[in-house]
Amino acid sequence: MNQDIAVSASRIVKTYGAGTSAVRALDDVSIDIEKGEFFTLLGPSGCGKTTLLRCIAGFETPTSGTILLSGRDITFTPPNERPINTVFQSYALFPHLTVAQNVGFGLQMLGRPKSEVAEAAARVLALVRLDGFANRLPQQLSGGQQQRVALARALAPQPEVLLLDEPLSALDLKLRKEMQSELKRLQTETGITFIFVTHDQEEALTMSNRIGVMSAGKLLQVGTPRDIYDRPVNRFVADFIGETNFVRATLAGDQATLGSGDTIVVDAKGASGSVTLAVRPEQIRIAPRDRPGAIHATVAESTYFGTDMHYQLALSDGTFLIARLQANAANVYGNGDEVGVLIDGTALQLLAE
Amino acid sequence: MGKNRAFDVTTLPGFTAIAILAFVLLYAPIVTLVVYSFNGGNSVNLWGGFSLKWYKIAWENEAVQGAAVRSLIIAVWASVIATSVATLAALGTTRRKRFRGQTFIYVMINQPLMVPEIVTAVALLIFFSSVKLATGYSGLGYLILAHSAFCVPFAYLPIRARLEGMDTSMEIAAADLYATPWQTFRHITLPLLMPGVLAGAMLAFVISLDDVIITEFVKSAGQDTLPTYMLGQLRRALTPEVNAISTALLVLTVLILTAFFIITKKRG
Amino acid sequence: MRGSVHRRSSGANGWLLSLPALLLLLVAASGPLVIVAIYSFLEPGDYSGVRWIFSGDAWFRILFERDIFDQTVSLADANLSIFWRSVKLSLATTLVTFALGLPTAWFIATRPARSRAIWLFLITIPFWTNLLIRTFAIMEVIRNQGLLNTALIKIGLITDPIQILYTDTAVLIGMAYVYLPLMVLPLFAAIDRFDFNLIEAGYDLYASRMQILRRVILPIIRPGIVAGCILVFVPSLGAYVTPRVLGGGKNMMIGNFIELQFGQGQNWPLGAALSMVLLIVVLGALLIYTRVASKEDPHG
Repeated sequence: MNQDIAVSASRIVKTYGAGTSAVRALDDVSIDIEKGEFFTLLGPSGCGKTTLLRCIAGFETPTSGTILLSGRDITFTPPNERPINTVFQSYALFPHLTVAQNVGFGLQMLGRPKSEVAEAAARVLALVRLDGFANRLPQQLSGGQQQRVALARALAPQPEVLLLDEPLSALDLKLRKEMQSELKRLQTETGITFIFVTHDQEEALTMSNRIGVMSAGKLLQVGTPRDIYDRPVNRFVADFIGETNFVRATLAGDQATLGSGDTIVVDAKGASGSVTLAVRPEQIRIAPRDRPGAIHATVAESTYFGTDMHYQLALSDGTFLIARLQANAANVYGNGDEVGVLIDGTALQLLAE
Repeated sequence: MGKNRAFDVTTLPGFTAIAILAFVLLYAPIVTLVVYSFNGGNSVNLWGGFSLKWYKIAWENEAVQGAAVRSLIIAVWASVIATSVATLAALGTTRRKRFRGQTFIYVMINQPLMVPEIVTAVALLIFFSSVKLATGYSGLGYLILAHSAFCVPFAYLPIRARLEGMDTSMEIAAADLYATPWQTFRHITLPLLMPGVLAGAMLAFVISLDDVIITEFVKSAGQDTLPTYMLGQLRRALTPEVNAISTALLVLTVLILTAFFIITKKRG
Repeated sequence: MRGSVHRRSSGANGWLLSLPALLLLLVAASGPLVIVAIYSFLEPGDYSGVRWIFSGDAWFRILFERDIFDQTVSLADANLSIFWRSVKLSLATTLVTFALGLPTAWFIATRPARSRAIWLFLITIPFWTNLLIRTFAIMEVIRNQGLLNTALIKIGLITDPIQILYTDTAVLIGMAYVYLPLMVLPLFAAIDRFDFNLIEAGYDLYASRMQILRRVILPIIRPGIVAGCILVFVPSLGAYVTPRVLGGGKNMMIGNFIELQFGQGQNWPLGAALSMVLLIVVLGALLIYTRVASKEDPHG
């Protein structure tokens, strides 16, 4: 057994209902999460990421498969006997208990002496910068403060693994950004393994050591943010993480012929025949149309986004490409302008259909 | 002038007038009853000036004292018993997957609301009279048992409403924080449920205090409660003493109801 | 069943937790009803109680009587008039409370949120106030030297007091008075959910106020109307206290007639059979109500 693995889920299947109406919420998911890492489960709602989290927390029992915690089988261990704590999406703060009582609840349940509970609560509240709020009730706090209490409460018993179920989704944008770096800091300071669930790809990219992308109950790809963004394994991952242009092309050696008849040189890595090219909008450049190697296009629509401009470019066969350029004087084109398009062939991804 | 007023879609012709009339009709008799309880005269017909005389007479009347004490003893026992079993039943019938027989449990619990009280009264009279004959026991136990039973649905409804308004996330969070099922109930579910339990107990108390018919049929000789004592007074000449007792009961009811509303409003 | 290793099944827990309540209600509410059903098929005892001999006589005597001399069977007119009075007064009570209750519920539901709670509280106070106290209160108003007659004499409309107390009218007034909140509360619940934009839409489409009431409001709040009518009709039919106090012993309703069988009349089986009839009628009405309610509101 690998000493560095915190949670190891293998071949997890979770079905709801029975017979023909049965739904597979988790479809043969296997994953190893390393000790001390910030791991994010990313996917659209209903993809099974929360179900997987609940299986790890113990609120759901997998239909089949096993879950190990530091090598111990905890598949059927009740949640109150797992050294794993959760930060709930709704926070689930106990409304009748003060902030300090909320934070101390876990240690109290474990039968720790009062003094130790109080001391731990104070220490963790300081960690989340809520020192002065110990005697308030949860409903007297702002959303952001409640979120910190939820975090403190889950951290106080010093769990082996901390589960975070879309904890930032109720916060506004500015607070969310703040909490993102706060979470990252807490994870580094405490060294606890964080498993974070989100549908926000930007959140996943900026915070995680590794990301697992899920869709329809399946784990599609596990890797570092860079891996996932630069080398998506399929069209779903490419589409879900960031914006992507998908262009159909036919390969002949390293030469890809687009539907419009234009050609670009790519790194085919031995692939051939009909493929889909995934091109990130920032990998597209606009140039005068007589530039060598440029593909002819017409500007169909331009949208101003503050720091950058988005152009919708129509190729000669009617295919559209989205390009993202910095909004400066050199990059101003109007609707109907005839332009040339440059694509860096080595940066784009070949996706199997 | 009427033409210039803004057109109000919520107004229907005559409705406001009838509504005001209804409120006047509802309260005028109660107010009259309360006013006449302070009548200094000897009859219920003539006003003889303000006086607390009838309260004093009622207070010193041993029959009234006995009935009042009996009413309170029965109401306290009945509300405690009814609220306890109703709390358990509410925990058993809410926030879980529907199970076989759940409808049967609902029907059983709400049965006292559906069966005419006179029928239950007759049934208990028949049943308890044979139990009395068989056991020789003729204490307040029968009344307490009967009151506990018909108070169950009144205790059950606010507790169930409270439970249904509580999602299970608190209990899940407690389990996540190492609480055993019993610890979860003791530290989380019960404290959060408490306003509902209190509300249920209050309604049960009021309902028990008010009961006439079942008490009238079930009571043994010398077991009058305040309402059955008052009903018995009808056979004699009516005196403002009845008004005084009524007013006292009325005040108690209003006080409990006010507390009930404050408790149920202050949720979350 | 691996998922239930540490948990008893939901149903077993539900039953276990409900058991104390079920036992209590079985002993002191539902169970005794079975005894009533059995008693209705026995012979009356000499002084009170029953003799354990099977007999359909009690059920027979609900509607018919046998002449003690020549054994001819005829309809029991006295019983029939009591049944008729009970149904008539209950229907009248339902109508009167509806006529007063609909505007009242409408009025409460259209108040601003803050004062609405107060108006609603004003309706619930009489609702929870002792029925006997409220009956006493209305008695003080309608008796010969009461508020109503005194006022009418003072303003010169009448010279001698009108005898209202101890008449069917008194029972009707009393029942309408004590059961009015039972009509208002379900009507309020229905109107409170009513979308007032629908009225604007109605006016927009040229409806008059009466047309809006008849064609838009009443159909939509129908479940509340049915609930209110059942909630008033059912206790009216089984009323005991109000007719006893205001009817003065002569103007009996079924409830008083039943009591009579356990008092001086001493015919327990007849009383038991009458109780069964009342129970069946009331449960029938409630069954109709649940049918209507579930048809109107599939989510309720």
